[in-house]
Amino acid sequence: MYRSIRISGPRLAKSIFFRSLGERGNKIDAGHTRPWGHLITVAWPNADGSYHHALRTVLSAGHLHARLLAATGALGLTFAGTVPVAAQEGVEILNVSYDPTREFYREYNELFNAWWTAQGNAPVTIQQSHGGAGAQARAVIDGLEATVVTLALSADIDQIAERTGRIPADWQSRLPQNSAPYTSTIVFLVRQGNPRGIEDWDDLVAEGVQVITPNPKTSGGARWNFLAAWAYAERSGLDPAGFVGAMYRNVPVLDTGARGSTTTFTQRGIGDVLLAWENEAFLALAELGEDAFDIVVPSVSILAEPPVTLVDGNITSDAQRTAAEAYLQHLYSPEAQALALSHYYRAWDTSLAAPDDVARFPDLELVTIADFGGWAVVQPEYFGEGGIFDQIYEE
Amino acid sequence: MPDITLSRPVPVTTEAPLIRGLLIGVALIFVALFLFAPLVTVFVEALRQGWVAALDALRLPDALAAIRMTLTIAAIAVPINAAFGIAAAWAITKFDFPSKAFLITLIDLPFSVSPVVAGLMLVLLFGANSTLGGWLIANDMPIVFAFPGILLATLFVTFPFVARELIPVMIEQGRAEEEAALTLGASGWRIFFTVTLPNIRWALLYGVLLCNARAMGEFGAVAVVSGKIRGETATMPTMVEMFYNEYLSVAAFTLAAVLAMLALLTLLLKSLLEWRHADLLAATRRH
Repeated sequence: MYRSIRISGPRLAKSIFFRSLGERGNKIDAGHTRPWGHLITVAWPNADGSYHHALRTVLSAGHLHARLLAATGALGLTFAGTVPVAAQEGVEILNVSYDPTREFYREYNELFNAWWTAQGNAPVTIQQSHGGAGAQARAVIDGLEATVVTLALSADIDQIAERTGRIPADWQSRLPQNSAPYTSTIVFLVRQGNPRGIEDWDDLVAEGVQVITPNPKTSGGARWNFLAAWAYAERSGLDPAGFVGAMYRNVPVLDTGARGSTTTFTQRGIGDVLLAWENEAFLALAELGEDAFDIVVPSVSILAEPPVTLVDGNITSDAQRTAAEAYLQHLYSPEAQALALSHYYRAWDTSLAAPDDVARFPDLELVTIADFGGWAVVQPEYFGEGGIFDQIYEE
Repeated sequence: MPDITLSRPVPVTTEAPLIRGLLIGVALIFVALFLFAPLVTVFVEALRQGWVAALDALRLPDALAAIRMTLTIAAIAVPINAAFGIAAAWAITKFDFPSKAFLITLIDLPFSVSPVVAGLMLVLLFGANSTLGGWLIANDMPIVFAFPGILLATLFVTFPFVARELIPVMIEQGRAEEEAALTLGASGWRIFFTVTLPNIRWALLYGVLLCNARAMGEFGAVAVVSGKIRGETATMPTMVEMFYNEYLSVAAFTLAAVLAMLALLTLLLKSLLEWRHADLLAATRRH
């Protein structure tokens, strides 16, 4: 039987291994840590609390875990009894991810573990590492022992596959939707009231407008930004290299990752417009106040597909492989898709999502990476050593 | 005896009171603006949502793991560097051998090399793409993106502190006392413990305190080799950055405040020792 404790603020920890310390609170064994705190009394839903209803409450509320227990309880799936401590020894997953997924995976890891243990498995210790996608791929190539990688674009995973052989070359066909369980696009975040009157890509090359975007060499999001601007120029009959070059001349700071750019724009107050992942822009609004920034949707953008895959060469045991595969596959479950939607990603399955989470996304014309010939062509041609980005940036 | 009226002495070796006041004022404003204000901001931000929120933030498993990591790294790195620093200073100042100047330059190398470069050197040396690194990883002894890498990065960056503090003091003191002990028949260890060590203890203490402060605060080199695994390879400085990037500014600034307090504690300890042993200190050292 699961117990939850509150470790701080809204943060909860849960485990089946529970010890009461009397006056001093309660301690649980959550795998690699043993936090302590006060026991949470789980509120069970009423008789009418259907699975969908319960889950929706879960996803729209902060107290994800306690409610999730309620949801699984409503399904009658709660795993009763205690598993011997020895049985849960050691399955660990290290998820090496890119910048804006921090909040999503923090909650997804809890959701996965709750589902995984409800299937009768021992809980998995999931560790997270975040940074610019290119830099993260570089770290995996240099020996960071990722079990799964969840990066911003397939070119980064291709790099790992090519340079280390730890991922098979056909990795992208192993999971549905090009191995992208959620997608996003690129939008503009501007300061409240849009004082610069930025409406579309051509406003970004205007004199004196400061554009914030990360470095395409290290950030996956930045490469999507670059290609979206390129696509706009092509469609408008402009010279793409000249247009994108003019845009980058308006960039005062090139951060290494998307989150660095977001903090540069939102917290350090630099720049007039941030080219951001759509999910990152919505998150900034949610975290920093709707009255501080506005989202501007350009006429054309790009369908960004952040893919996930298993790093086969780093798998140490069958148990770890099984858990890691389930970890990735469960991203496509209706529950996880609803969670992705609530974290402002565009997901495929909206069956369990709150209507508000789905309705939020504006319709806009999206080009795809296939229009550019795929990442295998784009990566060396545009972002490789001496590629188009280098030529533009040197000018 | 003629009657002499003593007028109030006019100081001739100093500036007019106005200029003095102005200079002192500028200095104070500078200190307040560039040292005090940023430090206070850290504490203000940490306590923005009250003491309870700040203390709760410190109980986050990731924050606790980062604090544990940083203290462990410092507890290992500082004694090692103290031992090697003493050995290096002893060899350089008490003996003559060729290429001594070159050795001193080598000891200074970590000061002049950017910490990021130091981190990258470790990645190149022990990363999966080098022969050595590949073998170590294949045999389940990863160096980079694991504890040993962070320790090595810290050791490299903090290496010069102890030796650099000791060398000038030991040069100044010369080797006459050691030679006297030697003629009296003392063994090497005896000379070290009864003659050399008491002479250098203050310099050693400074070196150790500075080394400790840097070991706990190092960011650049550690960030390159840490792999940013939360709760596993994150030290306090890297965790501060992670929290900040995740909009957890109370947690970020609370951890930063703890780091600052550890530094202040180090300084306080140093001042306290100086104050208690002021006379001894005056005899042996001029800091």
